Amino acid sequence: MSMVSAHLGRRVVQPHAVPDDTAVSTLADLRRGTTARIVGICETADPATCRRLFDLGFAPGTEVEMLRRAPMADPVVFRIAGYEIALRREQACCIRVSADQ
Amino acid sequence: MSGAHHGHGATTKVHEGTRIALVGSPNSGKTTLFNALTGLRAKTGNYPGVTVARYEGVTTLDDGQVVIEDLPGTYSLDPISPDEQIVADVLDPQHTDTPTPDALVVTLDATTLRRSLGLLTHVLQTGLPVCVVLTFTDELTRRQGSLDVDLLRRALGVPVLAVVSGRRQDLGRLRDLLATAQDWARPAVLPPTGTTEVSAWIASVLASAHYDVPLLDERTRRADAVLLHPVWGTLVFFATMFAFFQVIFTVAAPAQALIERFFGYLGSWVTTHLPEGWVSSFLSDAMLGGVGGVLVFLPQIALLFVLVSLLEGVGYMARAAFLMDRVMSRAGLEGRAFVALLSSLACAIPGIMATRTLPSARDRLATMMGAPLMTCSARLPVYVLLIGLVVDSGTRWGPIGAQGAIMFGLYVLGALSAMTSAWVFSRLGRSHGPLMPFYMEMPPYRMPSLRSVGLAVWDACKTFLTKIGKIILGTTIVLWLLLNLPNHSVGDMQAAGVDTGDDAAVSAYVIDHSYAAGAGHFVEPVFQPLGFDWRINVGVLASLSAREVFVATLGQVAAAEQPDDPGNALSRMTVDEGPRAGEPLFTPPVVAALLVFFLYALQCMSTIGVLRRESGSWRWPALAFGYLFAVAWVMGLLARVVVGAVT
Repeated sequence: MSMVSAHLGRRVVQPHAVPDDTAVSTLADLRRGTTARIVGICETADPATCRRLFDLGFAPGTEVEMLRRAPMADPVVFRIAGYEIALRREQACCIRVSADQ
Repeated sequence: MSGAHHGHGATTKVHEGTRIALVGSPNSGKTTLFNALTGLRAKTGNYPGVTVARYEGVTTLDDGQVVIEDLPGTYSLDPISPDEQIVADVLDPQHTDTPTPDALVVTLDATTLRRSLGLLTHVLQTGLPVCVVLTFTDELTRRQGSLDVDLLRRALGVPVLAVVSGRRQDLGRLRDLLATAQDWARPAVLPPTGTTEVSAWIASVLASAHYDVPLLDERTRRADAVLLHPVWGTLVFFATMFAFFQVIFTVAAPAQALIERFFGYLGSWVTTHLPEGWVSSFLSDAMLGGVGGVLVFLPQIALLFVLVSLLEGVGYMARAAFLMDRVMSRAGLEGRAFVALLSSLACAIPGIMATRTLPSARDRLATMMGAPLMTCSARLPVYVLLIGLVVDSGTRWGPIGAQGAIMFGLYVLGALSAMTSAWVFSRLGRSHGPLMPFYMEMPPYRMPSLRSVGLAVWDACKTFLTKIGKIILGTTIVLWLLLNLPNHSVGDMQAAGVDTGDDAAVSAYVIDHSYAAGAGHFVEPVFQPLGFDWRINVGVLASLSAREVFVATLGQVAAAEQPDDPGNALSRMTVDEGPRAGEPLFTPPVVAALLVFFLYALQCMSTIGVLRRESGSWRWPALAFGYLFAVAWVMGLLARVVVGAVT
């Protein structure tokens, strides 16, 4: 394992501070065309997956829009950090979001 | 400009042996840049011991050459797949299996800069000299985004250059920049790595470079409204795949027939112009037949790579994978594997080569292990012959023709077995590492670079001819020798009562007394439970060079008047020894066992060669041959018992 990878592997994705009364759901619950703000990534998810989702742009504090579902409801395309990416439900469930008004 | 114009004395020969690696995320235009720099001087290989393709080439600068290495696309240096591990290893000076590059070029897609800068923060941590190539700046402008390259350079502290694909002047500037890699500016302070800090750093870099996020690509939005629509999208998908399959299967066929005819003509020219004997037979059958047998795959491979690189370059491959993901995930694979499995219906060779488009090495291997089970076109003549032996063409089961129904059943069984096998191998792969999360970027639709399509086709054909061709040619020659040696004089044959004027009788005699016949007798105990006698064994052995050879070989063994249509003679063949002596050889249970055996067994040296090539070691083809043989034997036995019980 290279030094850089080892160092990057120790990262922990810090959640985005939100007021206590904010309703928090996951990316998998977003309806088509709605936008939300990422609060954090579930602590229960695999740490390597959390770090990868962060590297893909799912950073706490970022806005995300649900664009469309595949024919059998999975995977789902999201728009984040200025590009489009498809996630399976399994991964989308790991990302906590708050409704963005 | 670099020092070339100051005369040779002033130029330090920094370039000889200098290695520069391209790092970038998938879809960032990295490979297009690599192709533009290296062109036909690129070499494909494998990284030591892994199924990850390695692309390397040289590019000429004003005063020398540098080696350019195109690293696998990655979103992060925090690896979760074998391909990404390679990138981390190559950039690690402590890792000595692969040479560490002297400098890095990071390609950043200007339209996805917010995400792409994260990878740059990782790459800068390596401490190697880094320069940034901004790609798709033309698209950024078209979509009304903007960016000040000079300000970005100042904010990052490393050289930044916008390179629009196909613009020679941009490439010239990049070459000049590469010539001075030792003197590249380095950032005064390395960017942070903590997640909150990185987000803030990226925001500040974007702000200081006056970055305006591009608007949604209107073209892509409109196309996706149809192409990803649950109904229309699915229809377009199936239409595309149907057309795709048609092209691989039928458009390639005339070209293949032409190649076969040409080599058949050459072969008959040799036999008529050389004195009869084993030399002329060796030249025409083994050598020319072998070369023809290699070249015959080229039309399919070339067409497949034209289509795959077009679909990939346009951006449709990601959409197709998105639509098929749910179905393919049942087999533990992702959507993209569909294209590889579909191509395998024409031939496993292009199918296995198509797995190159899969981003994860684990999926690639699982797909490769399943692909040989798809019913390829070489199995067709074998199936037709064998089914014809036991089922009359007029037989109907209700409204359905029996022959067609059996054929259809074999296709379905092949496809199901391929999916099952891929599922098993992807499961086994998981025990060797963490589960890889699924994500797939949906890039905007873009015009593919014709140069990249051309180079992909060229590379595939070249690798096939140089690396796999040898294996196929070698096997053809060895099998020919086995089937034709030892050499028999005319006197021997006449003494044995063979009419030496009758070619069919002579070839039957030669094959019946060949080493292959010896081998057929030798392996009899292995195949006896399936009901195969030594003559079938010779056919099975000969079919290793290509499955359809089984038909012609059985014909020769049976000394049929027309070796290419041996059905008649075969149906009259009887078992010549042992407890079943005198009974018909091709009974329905034995034919069922043979059909199932051919469905599973990896009776194809070309596939073994391509597996060796694409997986980077002999381990995987050996494993595939072994497990498929075992499955073929067990399923063949099962088929014989079941059919024996019902008939």
